[in-house]
Amino acid sequence: MWDEMTVEFFVSHYNYWMTVILMMIGLYVVVSRGNLVKKIVGLNLFQTSVFMLYISMAKILGGTAPILTDNPNEVYSNPLPHVLILTAIVVGVATTALGLALIIRIRESFDTIEEDEIFDIEQQMANTSHPHAETPNKC
Amino acid sequence: MLSSLSAHLPVLQVVVLLIAAPLCALFGNRHLAWTIAFIAASAAFVISTLLLGSVLDGSVISYHLGGWAPPWGIEYRIDAANAFILFIVSLIGVLVLPYARQSIEREFEASTHSYFYTCYLLCLTGLLGVAATGDAFNVFVFLEISSLATYALVAFGAKRDKRALTAAYNYLIMGTIGATFFVIGIGFLYMVTGTLNMADLAVRLAEVGDTRVTRVAFVFILVGMGLKLAMFPLHLWLPNAYSYAPSAITAFLAATATKVALYVLLRFTFTVFQFDFPVQELTFEYVVMPLAVVAMFAASIAAVFQQDVKRLLAYSSVAQVGYMLLGVALLTEAGLTAGIIHLFNHAVTKGALFLAVGCFVYQVGSSRLGDLKGIGKTMPWTTAALTAGGLSLIGVPLTVGFISKWYLIQASLETGSLLIAGLIVASSLIAVIYVWRIVEVAYLEPAPEGREAKEAPLSMLLPTYALVVASLYFGINSELTSSAASQAANALYSATDFAAPPMLLSPADLRSEGASQ
Repeated sequence: MWDEMTVEFFVSHYNYWMTVILMMIGLYVVVSRGNLVKKIVGLNLFQTSVFMLYISMAKILGGTAPILTDNPNEVYSNPLPHVLILTAIVVGVATTALGLALIIRIRESFDTIEEDEIFDIEQQMANTSHPHAETPNKC
Repeated sequence: MLSSLSAHLPVLQVVVLLIAAPLCALFGNRHLAWTIAFIAASAAFVISTLLLGSVLDGSVISYHLGGWAPPWGIEYRIDAANAFILFIVSLIGVLVLPYARQSIEREFEASTHSYFYTCYLLCLTGLLGVAATGDAFNVFVFLEISSLATYALVAFGAKRDKRALTAAYNYLIMGTIGATFFVIGIGFLYMVTGTLNMADLAVRLAEVGDTRVTRVAFVFILVGMGLKLAMFPLHLWLPNAYSYAPSAITAFLAATATKVALYVLLRFTFTVFQFDFPVQELTFEYVVMPLAVVAMFAASIAAVFQQDVKRLLAYSSVAQVGYMLLGVALLTEAGLTAGIIHLFNHAVTKGALFLAVGCFVYQVGSSRLGDLKGIGKTMPWTTAALTAGGLSLIGVPLTVGFISKWYLIQASLETGSLLIAGLIVASSLIAVIYVWRIVEVAYLEPAPEGREAKEAPLSMLLPTYALVVASLYFGINSELTSSAASQAANALYSATDFAAPPMLLSPADLRSEGASQ
């Protein structure tokens, strides 16, 4: 059915396939879920897929951890992408924290974290002429 | 002492604000926090002015962080293009602060003011850092610093309208997707070149040539930045974020955030990729330019139907981004110059407009057109500022809007496209309609009974008028902006001309210099 070349192509690029699959799952969750927390989960998946892309490109076959040893012929993985991704992970954590904090505030103000219900409330606010005067909110 | 300090200007630009930001939160006192913020922002403005002055002759300042030489170390590389951006951003940054002091008083609780200034300074840090750095990954980090602060700043509007929270949330989702796309693009570039320094990337990408990886990288960076700069179909976060953010923040964001994102796109397109790749040319010709034209019309038409002045101006911003992208998409140096001139002019104009609207919000408590009937009689100065800004949006002669449109039309005629020139004029006519709607309500409708709206306080009017006067001054005397913009366009095109080594200003050099004396 599949010739050997195709199989080999798929197998040898399996890190990219995993990245693509994770990325698509993440984006799909962000777009399709109405629950704000689930959207954040999707966003995290999406970001993680990029982390994996970076980490997999740092890997060198047969390479060890990038630590200085006495052996001058030591082959080690590229440390730079690891460091970059450490930064990106921190950014991701900060984004998640901020997103979750916003969700708490949204829950306090709108009493729901479902996107369609929030949308309905916002539509009502837009239709009343003085939305600011009528909605004393808790925040 | 002074000369060694001046050698560190590129990094001080960012570091001063970064240190000042936590101080604001630590001291907790809002008056003290404001003073710290104002001093830091003023320092950043002075530094950026000095930097702009020293690179306008076409020289390049290369600053090596920690003395590590690029491409291994992180490099701050200041040329005419980013010095110009630094100047705009820090100018708006310092002008908005005196305004914010009064304006935020009525928009949220006094106890949170010091956090507001912290976020504000962090946002400014991020924006300046994005512009100053010459390292691709640094761009992402600074972009996220500014974006995270921006999400929080937008959410500060929640006291006035709770929709600010959902606006901030949606902005967070879209902004993060955009930034992540950008990181994917950089990852691909790193994969094929093994470097992250932009100047080094440019050299090595030229060697790599047009491969599928570089094409994909370019498209990821384009889409990622497109999300951040509100390129037409990716602009959905913008109207809500601008409408519900505190007045001062709307003005600040409208004048800086999208501009910096546009700068990153320009930097990558012209300096890093350098148009050796046919896919770029095709993308700009068949994707970016049509979308820019659609933005000019669709967003302008959407603006006409808005009932809220802030929202109206937000849609107009999407349209104006269209003009900038149109200039860039012409892919000539004249077009790029026009795009950069419009970037500056629009920052000044939109800043003035949103500050004026903020004065209404301060006095009337609303920016809805229905609540602003006859406001021209009780708040004549604010309304006059709004009108002047509106005229500049349309592109009436003697305003900066005219200068940008003049350059845009010239650039499009230069490429032989009469159609584009016609479209620019036609879309300006739509701007007449939405500006007229504001003017009509403010001047021609009777004021409702019992509304007490005095003129806005002087500390809010002065920054507004500073920008209004700037938009008139640069409309009459366009020498400075046009020469700076053409120098910037030139710098973007020729930033990779490595025949002449850049001015070296690393601490290591300074040390050796000092030792030899």
